[in-house]
Amino acid sequence: MALKGNLRDFTIVQLLNLINLARKTGTLSIDRNGEQADLSFQGGKLVYARVDGSDNELVSALRQNGMITEQQARTIRARAGKRSDKELGLLLINAGYVSQEDILKSVQAWVLDNIYPLFAWDEGFFRFDSGAPQVNGVIAVRIDLESVILQGTRRLEEWERLQEELPDLDVSLKFADRPQTSLRDISLNVQEWRVISFINPRNTIQRIAQYNNMSDIQIRKIVYGLLQAGLVEIVRPERKEPERTDVQERIETKKRRPDVKRNVIMRLIDRIREL
Amino acid sequence: MQTVKIVVAGPFSAGKTEFIQSVSEIDVVATEQRITRPEERIKDKTTVAMDFGRITVDEDLVLYLFGTPGQRRFDFMWEVLSEGMVGFVVLLDSVRPETFREAQDILDTFRSYAPVPYIVAANKQDLPDAWSPEDLRIALRIPKSIRMVPCVARERESVKRTLLELLYLVLDVIEAEP
Repeated sequence: MALKGNLRDFTIVQLLNLINLARKTGTLSIDRNGEQADLSFQGGKLVYARVDGSDNELVSALRQNGMITEQQARTIRARAGKRSDKELGLLLINAGYVSQEDILKSVQAWVLDNIYPLFAWDEGFFRFDSGAPQVNGVIAVRIDLESVILQGTRRLEEWERLQEELPDLDVSLKFADRPQTSLRDISLNVQEWRVISFINPRNTIQRIAQYNNMSDIQIRKIVYGLLQAGLVEIVRPERKEPERTDVQERIETKKRRPDVKRNVIMRLIDRIREL
Repeated sequence: MQTVKIVVAGPFSAGKTEFIQSVSEIDVVATEQRITRPEERIKDKTTVAMDFGRITVDEDLVLYLFGTPGQRRFDFMWEVLSEGMVGFVVLLDSVRPETFREAQDILDTFRSYAPVPYIVAANKQDLPDAWSPEDLRIALRIPKSIRMVPCVARERESVKRTLLELLYLVLDVIEAEP
C-alpha cells in the first residue's frame, strides 16, 4: 500500500514525521515539476538520498567537506570508472586517502545538504513505497529524523529569508560600482574567495555554485553575505513572495458523557448486530 | 418513543451518504444537488443540507443517522445537526490527503459542539491507494486514546462494525460514570 499525495496537502515535515513515528522502511519519491528526489529509510531512519538523479557522489561529498583537494577529486573521478561509491570508498580507505570515519561524516553531511532544500518544496507529488530500499553500491548512513526535522525547520526560516533576498540563482553578480572598501582589507573565508573568483557577468550564481560544489543554501548564504557587505550587486534581480508553511496546533481530548441510559445503548447494539 | 441520534461528519466526498445508505432501513433522505464548482467535480452530486437514515429498534426506540454536508460553505448546518447527538463518527477519505487538514478541522469543530463520545473511521480502505489507519492517525495527529477503525462505507458489515464501535464507546463512558 503506497502513500501518495502532494506536498501542497501534506508537507515534507509531516511526511518525515510520519515515517519516523511509524518506523517505516521504504523509499519516498518526490517529483516537483521534473525535479526528482528519492529518499530511502530503514526503520524510520534516513539511510540514503538521491536528488535529481545524482547518487551520493562520494567524491563530491569528500570534496565538499574538505577531505580531498580539487585536484585529488579530479584524479579520483577520472580513475573511478564505473565503480560504485562503496567500492570507491574502500579503495580510498585502502590507499590511505581518507578514513572510514571521514567517508561516513562526509556522506552524512552530503545527504543532509541534499535533504534540507526539500523543506522549501511546498508542492510536488510524493509516493512512499514500503519495502527494503535499493541501496546497492551506495554508502548508506543512518540519520535520526528528529534532528533532520528540527534542523530542516530551522533552516527553512533561514531558507525563506535567503529566498526572499535571492529568489533566483539564474542571475549574475557584479562587483559593486563603488565599494567602500578594498577586497584586500576584508576578511573573507576560503569559500567566499572561491565565489568571488568566479564573479563575472557570464556566470550565474547557479553556475558559481556548481563550479564550487556548493549546495543552494551554501551559495545563497555566501552571496547574501557579500550582498549585505555591499561588495557585490545582483544583475537583473527578481523578487518573489516567500514560501510559507503552516503549523497546526491540536487540542487535547477527554472522555465525554452522553445523555442516554445504558439499556438504550444495549438495545441499539443488539439491533445493529442483527442487521 | 425515544429517539437516539448519531451524526456522521467528514470532508467532502468522504463517503458519508454511502455510509448511512448502507445500514438505513429507509431510503436515505438525501438533500443532494448537482455539483457546479469545477474544483469539486470528483463526483456528480453532493449533500447540501443533510442526509437522514433510520434504524428502528422497536416501537419505543429509533436510531437516527444524520450525515453532515461535506462542503465547508454549508457548515452552518453542523451545529444544528449536532444538537442532542449521542455520539459522532468522523469519516476520513483515506485516499485523498488533500482532505486531511479539513478532517482535522471537522474533528475539532464537532468536539467543541458537544461533549459526547466519537470515533474516527478511515473510509475507502478497499482502495489500493488508501492510507492505513495507523498512518492516518499519525498524519492527523489523532491521539491513541481516540478509537480509530478501518471502514468501507459501501459495505454494510463494515458500517455496522463502525457503529458498534461507537456504541461500545458510549457504553464504556456511561458505565464509567458513578
